[in-house]
Amino acid sequence: MNALPRQKLVVVGNGMAGMRTVEELLAIAPARFDITVFGAEPHPNYNRIMLSSVLAGEKAVDDIIINSRDWYDENHIALHAGDPVVAVDPVAKTVTAASGLVVPYDRLLLATGSKPLMPPLPGLDLPGVVAFRDIADVERMLAAAEAGQRAVVIGGGLLGLEAAWGLRRRGMPVAVVHLMDTLMERQLDVEAGHLLQKDLTERGLHFFMGGQTEEVMGTERAEGLKLADGREVPADLVVVAIGIRPNVDLAKAAGLEVNRGIVVGDGMRTSDSSIYSVGECVEHRGQVFGLVAPLWEQAKVAAAHLAGNADAIYVTPALSTRLKITGIDVFSAGRLAAQDEADEELIYRDSAKGIYKKLVLRDGKLVGAVMYGDVADGNWYFQLMREAADVAEMRDRMIFGQAYADHACKGKGGMDVAAMADDAQVCGCNGVSKGAIVKAITEKGLTSLDEVKAHTKASASCGQCASVVQAILAHVTGEVVEAKAAGMCGCTDLSHDQVRREIVAQDLKTMDDVRAALGWRHADGCAKCRPALNYYLICAWPAEYVDDNQSRFINERVHANIQKDGTYSVIPRMWGGVTTPAELRAIADVADKFAIPTVKVTGGQRIDLLGVRKEQLPAVWADLNKAGLVSGHGYAKGLRTVKTCVGSEWCRFGTQDSTGLGIKLERMMWGSWTPHKVKLAVSGCPRNCAEATIKDIGIICVEAGYDIVVGGNGGIELRGTDHLARVATEAEVLEYSGAVMQIYREEARYLERMAPWVERVGIESIKKRVVDDAAGRAAAHARFLFSQAYAQIDPWAERVKGLDAHEFNALAEVE
Amino acid sequence: MKDWIRIGALSDIPRLGARTIETAQGQVAVFRTKDDEVFALFNRCPHKGGPLSEGIVSGKVVVCPLHSWTIDLATGEATAPDEGCTRPVESRLADGEIFLLLERGRKVAHG
Ligand code: SRM
Ligand SMILES: Cc1cc2nc3c(=O)[nH]c(=O)nc-3n(C[C@H](O)[C@H](O)[C@H](O)COP(=O)(O)OP(=O)(O)OC[C@H]3O[C@@H](n4cnc5c(N)ncnc54)[C@H](O)[C@@H]3O)c2cc1C
Ligand code: SF4
Ligand code: FES
Repeated sequence: MNALPRQKLVVVGNGMAGMRTVEELLAIAPARFDITVFGAEPHPNYNRIMLSSVLAGEKAVDDIIINSRDWYDENHIALHAGDPVVAVDPVAKTVTAASGLVVPYDRLLLATGSKPLMPPLPGLDLPGVVAFRDIADVERMLAAAEAGQRAVVIGGGLLGLEAAWGLRRRGMPVAVVHLMDTLMERQLDVEAGHLLQKDLTERGLHFFMGGQTEEVMGTERAEGLKLADGREVPADLVVVAIGIRPNVDLAKAAGLEVNRGIVVGDGMRTSDSSIYSVGECVEHRGQVFGLVAPLWEQAKVAAAHLAGNADAIYVTPALSTRLKITGIDVFSAGRLAAQDEADEELIYRDSAKGIYKKLVLRDGKLVGAVMYGDVADGNWYFQLMREAADVAEMRDRMIFGQAYADHACKGKGGMDVAAMADDAQVCGCNGVSKGAIVKAITEKGLTSLDEVKAHTKASASCGQCASVVQAILAHVTGEVVEAKAAGMCGCTDLSHDQVRREIVAQDLKTMDDVRAALGWRHADGCAKCRPALNYYLICAWPAEYVDDNQSRFINERVHANIQKDGTYSVIPRMWGGVTTPAELRAIADVADKFAIPTVKVTGGQRIDLLGVRKEQLPAVWADLNKAGLVSGHGYAKGLRTVKTCVGSEWCRFGTQDSTGLGIKLERMMWGSWTPHKVKLAVSGCPRNCAEATIKDIGIICVEAGYDIVVGGNGGIELRGTDHLARVATEAEVLEYSGAVMQIYREEARYLERMAPWVERVGIESIKKRVVDDAAGRAAAHARFLFSQAYAQIDPWAERVKGLDAHEFNALAEVE
Repeated sequence: MKDWIRIGALSDIPRLGARTIETAQGQVAVFRTKDDEVFALFNRCPHKGGPLSEGIVSGKVVVCPLHSWTIDLATGEATAPDEGCTRPVESRLADGEIFLLLERGRKVAHG
């Protein structure tokens, strides 16, 4: 076959819009072009939106790379990162880079983004003044934060507030100077703006509202701001975030038609028929852009034209805004307020909870929404706006949200995913519809959020819609989840459940047996399946299986938690949270003797010794053992803590001996290996001071006995427990809890916490086996105690005696 | 000057495990694979300096204990999509004894 000669495509700008266009193009016409990309920044293409999260310390720079250098290689794209294009010659059809490199093109794509708007203020060129646009800016800000300096941010819009919050998170004192009297006045109405200001003030930001900056003070470096009304704001770091301006320099010099931005038609073509442009640098029908959603549409249209389809037309989609400050929920779209009599406003206000919602209606249709404090229904409102749906019928209810407005709601996040229209937009950042997600799931057989992310980009940018994507995934895969459950890892297509079943059915007793019998692709497995198999074998054959240390994550291998600097933390068990002066003295002595840098009370009612060097561990443990202290398994997928309250021993409301019962539970369960960590708590009355309702297993004492609750989690995804049973005696508590523990050990997938397990199998199924079936319960409890007979050996004491000595000293020293 | 220095016996290192060597240039991790091949790398993950000796070894890679980058034992290169490289140290196995090509110096062996 004779392939057409490839044309040359040169892309200027290695940012979000440019590279998205290339991705779209590769998807529809992979062989049409030889592609060369120039980027002014020395990085591969990254998710600029997430710079706010990098600044706030929630993500690392590595986490926000969209396409790594390998991706460019794999797609045969020549990347010149760190080499900006300095000139375009539209007649010769070449570009010239700063390095002197000249590259010819048949088609050129300008995606140069925008530049931060810098006001003409005296002192703006002083060191210490930065913008917030790229990785280099973030690095400069972080350096200032590390140096313990003070910051002032000019601009109380989206970008300015995210910058201010990030710096605050890094420990800097931060002030914000804003020209208007309301924050984010273009996205929020006055009321929501004030709520936002109040919340941010409580979080430690200082605001100078109505503040017009007159100059940056200082001679050598920035020393602060002087405002027009005479106020002065001292600072070592000045962040300017007052807006952006399309970066049109190249286009202008090349003689293209340029207004505010590079003028493009509906096909994203500039005034030169060989040159296209996308992103924040363009102007389309008089409009310029500052959010990514429209850029994705532009990328699609430009790619279609480059691939030879001249029919694609760009239309600016409706836009919505969210603020990415963890814990502060803001949503807005469309009109912020009624503009004339024909507009109606519906307002909901709960000042105690800090919730505010406003909907703007016109002619029975929703045309605007502003939400503060509770934004769960933002996507729904946005959808109603985009569809121009007739909402007259639910007008009276809709402010309370979708769940209330129509009772059919099922999915998470207030979304009824079943009833959602196919073209309903799920991911605002990447413009992905429900239909596209469903199609990808069914056609490609996707089974996890990560896969959906990789294939559709839904929830791959800001991540706000992940719960909706998850709900769609659950809805589509529904009944068949079990049959199609993803393989454990790259070594096998069998699911966790299938492997567990085969281990028992085929009597497989070593990891090598399992891998051979079940056709593993790699003889020694990988870092994902080995810890799982090791656990499954321990659980199935407690008396026979020999634990494989090399298949354990470091923490479980050396029985201490590795810290970021390679040192370890040591947490001795403190049964039920009760200690003695002698134990405390022993801990204090150890801390002194080994010069342990940090001693901290943990969230689990015990004491953590942090910063112990690996080679010190056995000696530290030896001293702790001498005082009767044993491992607290703070590092283990196993029983962690049993928190208790003082209960009837001391408390005037206590109904039972919650402390004593907690200790009994901990004595029964310590040392066990489990699919994920397990935490318990026992409270002496329903006031629940030990927080039993967010534990894997919780006990709440009442006059008549004990309520046993299971499947709670206070971690990443907050979940309250489900009620399992009320029993009358301590002995029953021990039996029921032991039985639940064993069924969880035998059924849950490795790294599945009790909360998601209970959610998956349902509390009714657990009740059937633990509450309704007395014989089954007793048997499960007995199996648990049997396995405990092999598990309850203090791992520290074993290592003090010399077990695994090779872990704790160097093989040799070479000087 | 570099020299082949004996640093211990193969049997001192657990299969699919690692031990460390202190050198004037920094800590070196010596790995042993399932088929008794030996590899050595400077013990700093290219990501944030995590101690690779503490990772899980399988095939010819080790997974860093801190943020799970996968590092090739032979080249020290991180596996895509991550990028970075840890300096490898040449190693040789003779009669069950491990030799590393290191800066010459005094050697103190431990038990
Ligand atoms: C030390 C401690 C913080 C403190 O200073 O108080 C702590 C420290 C860590 N927690 Fe925690 N958690 C500690 C109490 C908690 C609590 C509070 C509690 O237990 O009542 C929670 C929420 C309750 C819960 O688990 O439902 C908690 C929820 C988490 C989670 C989220 C788990 C989840 O299912 O969502 C993780 C991440 C994970 O396990 O994957 C985590 C992971 C971690 C890790 C292991 C992170 C890591 O991989 O390095 C930290 C190890 C520190 C170390 O080296 O010692 N930690 N962690 C607390 C130890 C308690 C103890 O005595 O053993
Ligand atoms: C901190 C921050 C947070 C944000 N948060 C959100 C959000 O939550 N939601 C949202 O929708 N949007 C958000 N945005 C806006 C969003 O990031 C931009 O709309 C988007 O990045 C614009 O894409 P672009 O490709 O047009 O420009 P860019 O991503 O800036 O890419 C342009 C690239 O071209 C390069 N370049 C410029 N000139 C040249 C040249 N001559 N030669 C070679 N290369 C050149 C630049 O260095 C740059 O890398 C945020 C922006 C920032 C800075
Ligand atoms: S839970 Fe009840 S018994 Fe326990 S401290 Fe609180 S009030 Fe007292
Ligand atoms: S330090 Fe190794 S992965 Fe982060």
